[in-house]
Amino acid sequence: MFDTLSDRLGGIFDKLKRRATLSAADVDAAMREIRVALLEADVALPVVKDFVARVREEAMGQEVIRSITPGQMVVKIVHDALVETLGSDATELDLRAVPPVPILMVGLQGSGKTTTSGKIALRLKEKERKKVLLASLDVYRPAAQEQLAQLAAQAGVASLPVIVGEMPVAIARRAMDVGRKEGYDVVILDTAGRLHIDAGLMDEVAKVRDVAKPHETLLVVDAMTGQDAVTLAREFNEKVGITGIVLTRIDGDARGGGALSMRAVTGRPIKFLGAGEKLDKLEVFHPDRIAGRILGMGDVVSLVEKAAENFQADEAEKLAKKMMSGKFDLDDLLGQLRQLRKMGDIKGLMGMLPGVAKMKKQMASANLDDNLLKRQEAILLSMTPKERHAPDLIKASRKKRIAAGSGTSVQEVNKVLKQYEQMAQMMKQMKKLGKKGGLPPGFGGGMPPAGGGMPPGFGGGFPPGGFKF
Amino acid sequence: MSGQTQDSSGWLARLRAGLARSSARLGQGIGALITRRTLDDAALEELEDLLITADIGVTTSARLVAALREARFGRDVTADEVRAALAEEIEAILDPVAKPLVFDPARKPHVVLVVGVNGAGKTTTIGKIAKQLKDQGLGVVLAAGDTFRAAAVEQLQVWGQRTGCPVMARETGADAAGVAFDALKLAAARKDDVLLIDTAGRLHNRTELMAELEKISRVLKKLVPDAPHSTLLVLDATTGQNAHQQVDIFSRMVHVDGLAMTKLDGTAKGGVVVSLAEKYKIPVHYAGVGESAEDLRPFSARDYARGLLGLPPEG
Ligand SMILES: Nc1nc2c(ncn2[C@@H]2O[C@H](COP(=O)(O)OP(=O)(O)OP(=O)(O)O)[C@@H](O)[C@H]2O)c(=O)[nH]1
Ligand SMILES: [Mg+2]
Repeated sequence: MFDTLSDRLGGIFDKLKRRATLSAADVDAAMREIRVALLEADVALPVVKDFVARVREEAMGQEVIRSITPGQMVVKIVHDALVETLGSDATELDLRAVPPVPILMVGLQGSGKTTTSGKIALRLKEKERKKVLLASLDVYRPAAQEQLAQLAAQAGVASLPVIVGEMPVAIARRAMDVGRKEGYDVVILDTAGRLHIDAGLMDEVAKVRDVAKPHETLLVVDAMTGQDAVTLAREFNEKVGITGIVLTRIDGDARGGGALSMRAVTGRPIKFLGAGEKLDKLEVFHPDRIAGRILGMGDVVSLVEKAAENFQADEAEKLAKKMMSGKFDLDDLLGQLRQLRKMGDIKGLMGMLPGVAKMKKQMASANLDDNLLKRQEAILLSMTPKERHAPDLIKASRKKRIAAGSGTSVQEVNKVLKQYEQMAQMMKQMKKLGKKGGLPPGFGGGMPPAGGGMPPGFGGGFPPGGFKF
Repeated sequence: MSGQTQDSSGWLARLRAGLARSSARLGQGIGALITRRTLDDAALEELEDLLITADIGVTTSARLVAALREARFGRDVTADEVRAALAEEIEAILDPVAKPLVFDPARKPHVVLVVGVNGAGKTTTIGKIAKQLKDQGLGVVLAAGDTFRAAAVEQLQVWGQRTGCPVMARETGADAAGVAFDALKLAAARKDDVLLIDTAGRLHNRTELMAELEKISRVLKKLVPDAPHSTLLVLDATTGQNAHQQVDIFSRMVHVDGLAMTKLDGTAKGGVVVSLAEKYKIPVHYAGVGESAEDLRPFSARDYARGLLGLPPEG
């Protein structure tokens, strides 16, 4: 059900012959898939329609860059358009106003306003050395005011003392008074969750706005929100006026298509992402990340760039030569491991790769993580240069020494050696193939399965364009 | 043939205007589109779009429209006919899963574990169920199993006061399974009929938090081997396609007996429940329609389907 866009497009473009430009038929087929992918990611339908129309126009007749497949080309166009729509720069809170600067938090019930208020308070206190006052205007949900008071204590900021029976507009007024009198830089007003069609409560929050004159009004929305995101964002924007959006619970596995919808209908930037229940789990918004997530394929463009950057051309050449000659030793394996680690935390990296859902599962079963890479590197480093060059030397006693030196076990040492053997075998086969058919054909697909410990397809540290959608 | 001959671009423009206003006013949208016209491809496609905007999902929407096509393609139809036909289709899908949660008074207590992602409406739903059961004259105990979120205990305690139910609670940070265990002992000693256990909101992809739910279950079994007797997954109607993952993973980690759909009083109609019913055949027990104790209904396939299509409630 949740096929990634890259998988979908792969199916179409596999059937196509390589051409110099994208034909109308190619583009139409791709657009149908993109429509479905976006809808399954919860992008609102009117937004999907506009978006697809725009991308279609851009893709039509585009020259396909030589090094990539038509599928990759379309994905890149879609990705770029997504990033553009989402807003290309991280926008911080605007606090340039006479203190105390009021920030108003609004949203549906259960969207995460109170926790986000606490997070922003902590962030402003820690990063900007601001004196922050938190005030809860939620007099409806049981214990909501108590919740904010506790979060304030956790964040080490002040919260407005609660007066039982006081109503939201009066609380807002008092909060601003206290803010002025006691020299606060920022006053964060957390409101009760409300439905955008609840006329009484929407009217109330409009009155709060008129009293507090917030400099920022943040709409807090759950990343799991479906098609309704477009309606609620428009209504909140029309009735209260928002200056930014916070997308919460992106630590879940929702695609977060609502971000695109809300951004498209309100034109307001997404300012923060909530990524966990703890108060320090607040991130500035990166359009790349959300674009990749919506497409279910990670951040393709930066992956290609990152791979290219990290894998220096000369090194690639050296390795290719080694491969062709069939001389691949443990030093080369070490070099590869380091390349992999340079590209960052392996799991993050996997998240950036297209079509990795399956691979991720394999990896989980093979227990492949960054830690494993580190251990493998330690094992290789505990060998002498001579051993690395001639792995046949490594017998039982040496294995014991290596295991002790690297703080691992003989078993693990064996695993690395086994893995090396598999790879060397592969190289030899490639060499044969290479002799018949020119260069190693997309060695991306030809590596041993993940059980060996190296993620399949990573063998040569991807030649740009060498992985397939 | 109908007297109205609209070309397809005018038809589209009107649809778009409808969509632009709301993604959820499904019935209204159809009303604006179909006064009386032929059900042709364009009309069907736009109907499919309207279903999608209710979060019914691409696949299920396509299926529903295909059924409609089979039945009435090329005929002249009115808005009400289309609505009624679609409502019937949806009702037929939901009918087998719309089942009330049955409490067995012989168990003393019947133990209900309430789970769900953060902010779904677990605590409020517990308050509402407690109120209904008390009104029926049953004895109810609440367990403040959310020992994580700030003031979660206080929140449930307020519901305990409102409904006149004792609340078993410990301080924030305490072991949730321990609270559940104590609550079960208390309810059994009091010979109460039902124990409702609140839990902290958790995202289904957090394995360690899901393991904590298993632990609660396990600890309860030490006292009562078949407890919990029901596990209720609370789902927010605003949720889109991610509801599939929620149902899938929660069901795998702790056996889920049924759903409560909350926040159906908003513009989001929770259409994902239709594809959930198709795929998982999971019972849907309750519909939450507001924040007060009275705002809980048994989930009715017919009322829900008619509401989704903007048809007036019957009777
Ligand atoms: N409009 C409306 N609001 C609801 C409904 N059910 C719950 N809520 C509101 O949704 C918000 C969250 O509800 P809670 O019951 O605290 O949710 P929870 O799942 O216990 O939340 P956590 O414990 O924080 O994970 C509260 O403001 C409730 O009043 C409903 O059916 N309709
Ligand atoms: Mg709760």
